[in-house]
Amino acid sequence: MSDSSAPPATRPALLDIRGLTKSFGALKALDDVDFTLGEGEIHALLGENGAGKSTLIKVVTGVFARDAGTVRLANREIAPRSAKDALDAGIATVYQEVNLLPNLSVAQNLYLGRQPTRFGVVREAEMKRRAHALLLDYGLDIDVGAPLASYSVAVQHITAIARAVDLSARVLILDEPTASLDRHEVEILFKVMRKLAADGIGIVFVSHFLDQVYEICDRVTVLRNGRLIGSREIAQLPRLDLIRMMLGRELAETTHERAASQPDTAREVCVSFKGFGKQGYLAPFDLELRRGEVVGLAGLLGSGRTETARLVFGAERADSGAATVDGKAIRLNSPRDAAGLGFGYCPEERKTEGIVAELTVRENIVLALQARRGLHRPLSRREQDEIALRYIRMLDIRPPDPERPIGLLSGGNQQKALLARWLATSPKLLVLDEPTRGIDVGAHAEIIRLVRDLCEQGLALLVISSELDEIVTYSNRVIVLRDRAHVEELKGDAVEVSSILAAIAADAPAAQEVAS
Amino acid sequence: MTLRIPRRGLAQAFALIVILMIDRAVSPQFFNLHLQDGRLFGSVIDVLNRGTPVALLSLGMVLVIATGGIDLSVGAVMAIAGATAASLADTHSLPVVIASALAVGLACGLWNGILVAVLRIQPIVATLILMVAGRGIAQLITEGRIVTFTSPDLVWMGNGAVFGLPTPVAIAIGMLLLTAAVVRGTALGLLIEATGGNARASELSGVGTRAMILSVYIWCGICAALAGVIAAADIMGADANNAGLWLELDAILAVVVGGTSLFGGRFSLVLAVAGALIIQSMNTGILLSGYPPELNLLVKAVVVLAVLLAQSPRLGDIQRFTARWRRTKP
Repeated sequence: MSDSSAPPATRPALLDIRGLTKSFGALKALDDVDFTLGEGEIHALLGENGAGKSTLIKVVTGVFARDAGTVRLANREIAPRSAKDALDAGIATVYQEVNLLPNLSVAQNLYLGRQPTRFGVVREAEMKRRAHALLLDYGLDIDVGAPLASYSVAVQHITAIARAVDLSARVLILDEPTASLDRHEVEILFKVMRKLAADGIGIVFVSHFLDQVYEICDRVTVLRNGRLIGSREIAQLPRLDLIRMMLGRELAETTHERAASQPDTAREVCVSFKGFGKQGYLAPFDLELRRGEVVGLAGLLGSGRTETARLVFGAERADSGAATVDGKAIRLNSPRDAAGLGFGYCPEERKTEGIVAELTVRENIVLALQARRGLHRPLSRREQDEIALRYIRMLDIRPPDPERPIGLLSGGNQQKALLARWLATSPKLLVLDEPTRGIDVGAHAEIIRLVRDLCEQGLALLVISSELDEIVTYSNRVIVLRDRAHVEELKGDAVEVSSILAAIAADAPAAQEVAS
Repeated sequence: MTLRIPRRGLAQAFALIVILMIDRAVSPQFFNLHLQDGRLFGSVIDVLNRGTPVALLSLGMVLVIATGGIDLSVGAVMAIAGATAASLADTHSLPVVIASALAVGLACGLWNGILVAVLRIQPIVATLILMVAGRGIAQLITEGRIVTFTSPDLVWMGNGAVFGLPTPVAIAIGMLLLTAAVVRGTALGLLIEATGGNARASELSGVGTRAMILSVYIWCGICAALAGVIAAADIMGADANNAGLWLELDAILAVVVGGTSLFGGRFSLVLAVAGALIIQSMNTGILLSGYPPELNLLVKAVVVLAVLLAQSPRLGDIQRFTARWRRTKP
C-alpha cells in the first residue's frame, strides 16, 4: 500500500513509527501505518475526516493505547500512557482550540506549574522577565502580564508553542493551527515554525489548507481510511497527485460499475435553490434536485460540502436566496421546516447528531415520522413495531432486534437505522453526508446499493462523500466545491474521478504547481 | 395508555419493601388501618399523605430531568402558590382559589422554560433565579406575615377524604394518572426521551425540542403549585419562608432514586413516585422508632447511596471483573 520513496537521508530520524495499528471494535482506525519525522523537518499529515490523523496523533501522545506497532523517539522506544507521559518524553501537541487558561496572564500560562519561586513565593517579576525574553525569541514583544484572552488567537498559539518547546519538546504536533488565523497571523506562525525547524525540532503540521502545506512543509504523509497512502517530498509532488492521494481510489480496490446516465433534463425538478447562501459560511449557489437523480458533492475537507447540506436542510439559516419545492416558494428556517417539507438528512457525525444512543432501534427509526405527525397523533406500539420490523428486514439491520439500544449496534447498522428513520417519512429529498464513513467494507457496498435503489424509486438524493470512486458510482451529476463555494458542475460522461480531481485542483497558484 | 412497569423497577420495589419491613419491625402496628369518619388512618396512610408534596413535585421534576434539565425553583413555587391560595381562600370559592394558584405555577414554569429553552441559559442557573426570588415574591403576597385561613373548602384539600383516602393522596394519584395519560398516551414521552438523550440529533430529526423543554418546565410549575396548595391547606396557612423549603432537593432525590439519569433520556413516572415514597417511608419509620429525627438525614444518605450504587454502571464492571478473577483463580 505505501509507496517506496525512502526517508530523506540528509535528516536523522527523530520520530519513527512502524506498523501502528489501532482498532475501535470492528473498525480499524489505523492499519499498519508507518510515519517518519526527521530532525528539523516540517511534515504535513493529511487526509479527510476519519482518515486516521487524529487517531495517529492520539496514539503517539498517549491518549489511546495502540494495538500493535512501535514508536521510537530518537532511537529509543516509547510507550506514553498519557499526554503528560508524551510531553515528558518530548512530544508536545498544540490543538486548534488552544488548551491554555485564558484568564491567567501570558507569563503565568508559560510557567504554570513551574513558576520561579523564592522561599515558596512566586517571583512574579522574575517570571515576567523570563516570559518576555522567551517570547522575544519568537518575535513577540508584548505585555506578558496581560491575560492571555486579551491577545489574538495567533499569539495564544505561539504562547502554547513556546511553552511546549520550553518544556523541552523535540517533536511538536500542530493540529489545524491556522484554521482560525488570518493571513498575517499565519505568516507570524510560519516564521516561528521555520525558526523552530532550524533549531532541529521536528514539526507535524495537520491542516486542510493545501496552499499552506506547499508553503511551509518539507514532506507530506497522506492517510486514507486508516491506511498509509504514501510519504513524499513536497517539492516533487504536483498538487493534482496530492489530491489524488487524498481522495482517489485505492489501487487494489475494484471499480464499481457506474450507473447508466440518462439525460437529466428528462426528470422533473422537485427542489430548487437560487442564490442560496450565508455570509461567511457558504457562497450563494444555485442547485436543482430532480426526482430519481443523485447529485454528488465533491471537494476537500472544509470546502463547503457539509455546509451545503446544512443550508439545504435548514440546520443553518440562509441569509440570501430562495428555495422552492415543486415550484412553490418555501420557508426553510429549521430542520423542523425541512422535515415538514419532506426532506431528510443523515449527518456525518452519526454519534453526536444522528442516533439517540440509549433509545431502542425502534424508537430511533420512528422518531422523525413521529415528530412530523405531531404529539396528538402518536404511532401506536403496533404501528411502531411494524415500521421498525419492515425497515430492519428491508435494510438488513443486524441484530434484527427492534428493542436493542441503538448505541450497541455497529456503525454500519446505525447508519442503516438512520436511513430507515428518514425512509419511514417517505421523503422527497434525502441528504446524506458521508453515508459510508466509519463503516466496514461489507456494509459499505450495501449502503451504495441502497443509494442506487432509492434513486430508482424516484427519490432525489444529495450525497456527500470523500470517496470519489464512490461518488462517481452513483451520481448523475457532481458538484465540485472549493473554498466554500460551488465551483463546477459535472454531468453525464464528464462524471469521472479524473475530471473531479482536476476541478478540485484547478485554480491553484501556478508557483505551487511543481512538476515531478 | 400504557403504564410501563419496567423490569428496571426491581431495585426500587425491593428497596421500598425492605424499608417497609424495617418500619414494621420498629413499629408493629405499622400496617394497621382503621376507618374513622369516612377516612382511613394508620402509618401507611401517613406515609402516603406526608409523601404527597414530594411525589407531586417529582412528577414534574422527572420530566424536566428527562430533558437533561433540572428545576431548583419548585420549593419556592410551592411557597408562592401556597401564599396565593391562602390569601384568596376566605374571599373566593375553591375553584377560583385553585385556578389562581395553578395559574401562578404555570407562569413560574413558563418563566423557567423561556430562560432554558429560548434564552438557552443553563437550567441549574436559570431556575436558581426563581428559587431565590420566589420566596421574596411569596413574602410580598403574604406581606411578610403567616397568612391563615378558615375556609373549610381549602382545609378539605389538606385534611379531607375521598373514598376513604386523604384528599392529598387522591389528588396525587389523580395527577400520576393524568401525567401518565398525557405523556405516554401521546408521543410526548418518546419525544422528551429523545430530546434528553440527544438534543442535537432530535432537532435534526424534526423534533420541536424547544417546545418539549418549554412544556416540561410548565408542567413542573403546575405540579409544584398543586403541592404548594396542599401544603398550605394542611397547616391552614401560608408560611412564605418555610413552605416547601428544601423540597426541591427531595424531589430531585426521588427522581434519581427512581432511576432517571440526571443526564436526561429515559424516565419513569411511576418509579419517580416510588422514589418519593421510599424517602417518606424512611422519614416516617425513624419518627416511629423514637430515634432522634437528626438521624433521618444520615439514614437517608445511606439509602440513597445504596440505590445509586445498585444503578452504577461501574458496579457492573466491577462485578464482571471479580467474576473473571474468580474464574481465573486456580
